[in-house]
Amino acid sequence: MSDIAERVKKIVVEHLGVEPEKVVEGANFIDDLGADSLDTVELVMAFEEEFNVEIPDDAAETIQTVGDAVKFLEKNSAA
Amino acid sequence: MRRVVVTGLGMVTPLGSGVEHVWSRLIAGDSGAAKVSSFETDDLACKIACQIPLGDGSDGTFNADAYVEAKEQRKVDPFIVYAMAAATQALDDADWHPKSHDDQCATGVLVGSGIGGIGGIYDASITLHEKGPRRVSPFFIPGRIINLASGQISIAHGLKGPNHAVVTACSTGAHAIGDAARLIAFGDADVMVAGGAESPVNRLSLAGFAACRALSTGFNEAPTKASRPYDKDRDGFVMGEGAGVVVLEEYEHAKARGAKIYAEVIGYGLSGDAYHITSPSPDGDGAYRCMTAAVKRAGISPDQIDYINAHGTSTPMGDELELKAVERLLGDSAAKASMSSTKSAIGHLLGAAGAVEAIFSILTIRDGVLPPTLNLDNPSVETSIDLVPHEAKRKRVDVALSNSFGFGGTNASLVMRRV
Repeated sequence: MSDIAERVKKIVVEHLGVEPEKVVEGANFIDDLGADSLDTVELVMAFEEEFNVEIPDDAAETIQTVGDAVKFLEKNSAA
Repeated sequence: MRRVVVTGLGMVTPLGSGVEHVWSRLIAGDSGAAKVSSFETDDLACKIACQIPLGDGSDGTFNADAYVEAKEQRKVDPFIVYAMAAATQALDDADWHPKSHDDQCATGVLVGSGIGGIGGIYDASITLHEKGPRRVSPFFIPGRIINLASGQISIAHGLKGPNHAVVTACSTGAHAIGDAARLIAFGDADVMVAGGAESPVNRLSLAGFAACRALSTGFNEAPTKASRPYDKDRDGFVMGEGAGVVVLEEYEHAKARGAKIYAEVIGYGLSGDAYHITSPSPDGDGAYRCMTAAVKRAGISPDQIDYINAHGTSTPMGDELELKAVERLLGDSAAKASMSSTKSAIGHLLGAAGAVEAIFSILTIRDGVLPPTLNLDNPSVETSIDLVPHEAKRKRVDVALSNSFGFGGTNASLVMRRV
């Protein structure tokens, strides 16, 4: 697992209070990890903070799974 | 009008978590006051407070994890966590866990707070200033606003009846219980989860209340001596935190399911001082009218009151004005009444105070024991009313009255009677 994927996983575990084993690439934040719409807003804010990147609202809407987040951050993050 | 009884009690206070634990420490004369160590107080005039003992739940410590998931605690201010814990305790005590749609719709929630999530507002202001609006959490608003205590309790327990909140400063808890009792009396609900919660102990609140000249500042080196209602050396209140919640129930509803009944709420009075934003009116008239209204509603005469849980915050002005108003109410029967201020032990829980103190009043009826007024070494005025100094005492109580008065000149009195 890449460094970015590890950091994403850590944030998701912390914010959603889920077992680390459940945070797999295909896991959907809402359907699989019990997040609600406000949780996903906060998750995106946490990614922005951790990776020092701005995630515009239209891009945030496409980040629905752990894999989506990792892919977006691998492409857009400098950190 | 339908009769309303109390069938469940719950509380989290500076003397610990759980009604029986807190009550036994209160009767033992323990104080919850201490020097604040959880944040910097060097530049604050008041460096003491009554804070909830946190722990794993043993020895009456408060373990929030037992009531609210850790990831949910992070999203809300502590007053909501305290409210949820006290509500769970009260519903368990009442053994009322409605499952059917009808029972859920007949059960409402009315839990208020004086200030709400001031700690979280303080933190989010700093985030906004330092990091900008994109870093303000989506949970900032729903975790801080006052009616979310009632909202969260309703969600946790599936309570679909009236969902309401009171915000009347230090009268909040008493108003919440009184208003909730009326909702039952009027038939809007059969059961109400009612009370108050507060988590004000932070730098901003201590600075603000000190600026109002409301806090004790002369006992920073002797915290347990600071809250001393009616004593000549009193110099302000000691801030507390926590929650008190009761389950109120229509009498026939409680009887039909064989519920344990603690007491009946027979009187509730309200009044406004129309005088000053923080000072009580010098003639004590607001307090007198509020108690008079509650006694009239109760259909009793003042000489039937055995115990009064005073508002008695330990401020120089307020204590004596309340005492005068009570003397005026009781007249010749003052000499046989007892009145104590439990704020001498737990501090001033602001919006939670009225609810916690109503519970203490109910327990005097159950146990026939009066909690003491600590630190009352030298009363500042003479009175024929027994102020229960220093030590608890035994006395049969059939009728108890609890007073709460708040900033803005808002007053509430509750009268409870043995069933």
